[in-house]
Amino acid sequence: MLISIASGKGGTGKTTLALLLASIHSDITLIDCDVEEPNCHLFLKPEWQDQGQEVAVMIPQINIELCNGCETCSTVCLFNAIAISGGAALLFNELCHSCGGCILACQQGAITEDKKLIGTITTGTSPIFPTIQFLSGSLDIGTPSAVPLIKAIKEKVSHLAGDILLDCPPGTSCSMVTAVKDSDFCILVTEPTPFGKHDLELAMNITHLLNIPTGVVINKSDENIGDESIESLCHIRQIPVLAKIPHSFSFAKEYAAGFIPDEFQAVAATIWSQLNAKGSEGI
Amino acid sequence: MKELVIVSGKGGTGKTSISAALAFLSPQKVLIDCDVDAANLHLVSGAIIRETHEFKAGFEPNVDEKKCTSCGQCTDLCRFGAITAGAITTPLNCEGCGVCAFNCPEHAISMLEKQAGHWFLADTHLGQLIYAELGLSVENSGKLVSKVRQEGKKIAKAKKFPLMITDGPPGIGCPAIAALSGASLALAVVEPSLSSIHDLKRLVDLVAHFKIPLAVCINKSTLHQENTREIIAWCHSKAIPIMGQLPYSDAFRIAVQSGKTVLEMEDAAVIEEMTKLWHNLAKRLEVSTTESNIDFFRRKLNIFQ
Repeated sequence: MLISIASGKGGTGKTTLALLLASIHSDITLIDCDVEEPNCHLFLKPEWQDQGQEVAVMIPQINIELCNGCETCSTVCLFNAIAISGGAALLFNELCHSCGGCILACQQGAITEDKKLIGTITTGTSPIFPTIQFLSGSLDIGTPSAVPLIKAIKEKVSHLAGDILLDCPPGTSCSMVTAVKDSDFCILVTEPTPFGKHDLELAMNITHLLNIPTGVVINKSDENIGDESIESLCHIRQIPVLAKIPHSFSFAKEYAAGFIPDEFQAVAATIWSQLNAKGSEGI
Repeated sequence: MKELVIVSGKGGTGKTSISAALAFLSPQKVLIDCDVDAANLHLVSGAIIRETHEFKAGFEPNVDEKKCTSCGQCTDLCRFGAITAGAITTPLNCEGCGVCAFNCPEHAISMLEKQAGHWFLADTHLGQLIYAELGLSVENSGKLVSKVRQEGKKIAKAKKFPLMITDGPPGIGCPAIAALSGASLALAVVEPSLSSIHDLKRLVDLVAHFKIPLAVCINKSTLHQENTREIIAWCHSKAIPIMGQLPYSDAFRIAVQSGKTVLEMEDAAVIEEMTKLWHNLAKRLEVSTTESNIDFFRRKLNIFQ
């Protein structure tokens, strides 16, 4: 089962939950898809199996000798990534989506493609949690789009049969959608504040659009304040609340220091039993 | 006009709470929320929307079924797996590149401008706010960030405000880059957790890459003293100024729950440190701090002293 853990709002506890769930599973693959700011490795302290696999996208290479400055490429580029300057085409790497449209359009054969590195995928196992197979993506600084890297890391595990957990990026934009897409189940982690609720609703819209069965975990839960409004939202949207993780200063402190305390293992176990029930129902 | 952009790398470190509090303290400013795919600032500022604008960006293909012969050319050329023989099978995969349209032998595909979200002008008790809502699962979050900034600048210019305060997005990708480029000062909000420190370091590399001046504010500084000391030492070694240290306090959570800024909660330590932070920032940005608001805080503080 491919289970994505997302949130809308950042800092609600995606990584915490991913690690909690992974730590009590007997055989699992955990993937850090928050490639802009990957954090799982800080807790797993893995022994990396290799140097890491570099991921590249293809970007156009313009041969100025052959280019006659006809502007066809800049006309077909809907991302405005090519301009004509000094009678020849000039590429703005950061805007390029690697669609290959300019190559098809160029009548002079002046455009070819070359690799541009955007990030790295590393694999490892953790001495602390030896049952976790771990993959982590890390976007190169200054690279605008995380989407191709997230696609590449998901592609790497597409053949695996067992349970896979994806720690997804925050927000609801293309990175989050790419990470969540095609998962069998999505857990949305929220906190009982208006910020948490507002962004949870946006994230629910995405999983609805993608047609992914969804459940909610309320983190930093405080029965006195806020939980009720999250629960009523979940009720209206017919999305189950899988569990609540209580607000705990001691937990926050341990987490800050880079540990996953065993305080909430029982909560994680109830989430797994619900996930497994859904899995056996074929979701 | 100076542009202060509050960022963090890691989400949930307190960008929005701090942006709102700084806006509360700053006498003349326009406020913008550049976290366009999960905007929150309007929730703590009592926002009343005055204007709603459509935001169009990018393109999407539209197939004329009468002209389409299902030849499959578009499928072969599409690198994103979005189109199969003239039918847009997975619109979420489509990046709007137009390769299908430009190369269709029957000219059956046209590219239409895409509705990519909305942006709003709102009145709040913190002043005027520009914020946005990215359309469901569309690209162009960077462009929407740029639009929000552009509209914010217009207001600042028209009202002759010396400052624009930006609540930035998390991460280091396109929305963060779009929010930061050309800013007067980036304020990185960091908490003393390993995750946040790790993400700060990536953010520092990003702002260095774009040559943007950076300062740090440590939030929840009392959560883990040892890590707080480590942040201070690290910033010192990198010559990054620390503009403030805010203690861990439930006041932040309660403020969000009551739709107010943390300054309106009666936590003297938070009010004092936040005021210090604002003074340090104002000095660095060379904008004035009027007496009236500070007097207000002295009054607030006096209740407890």
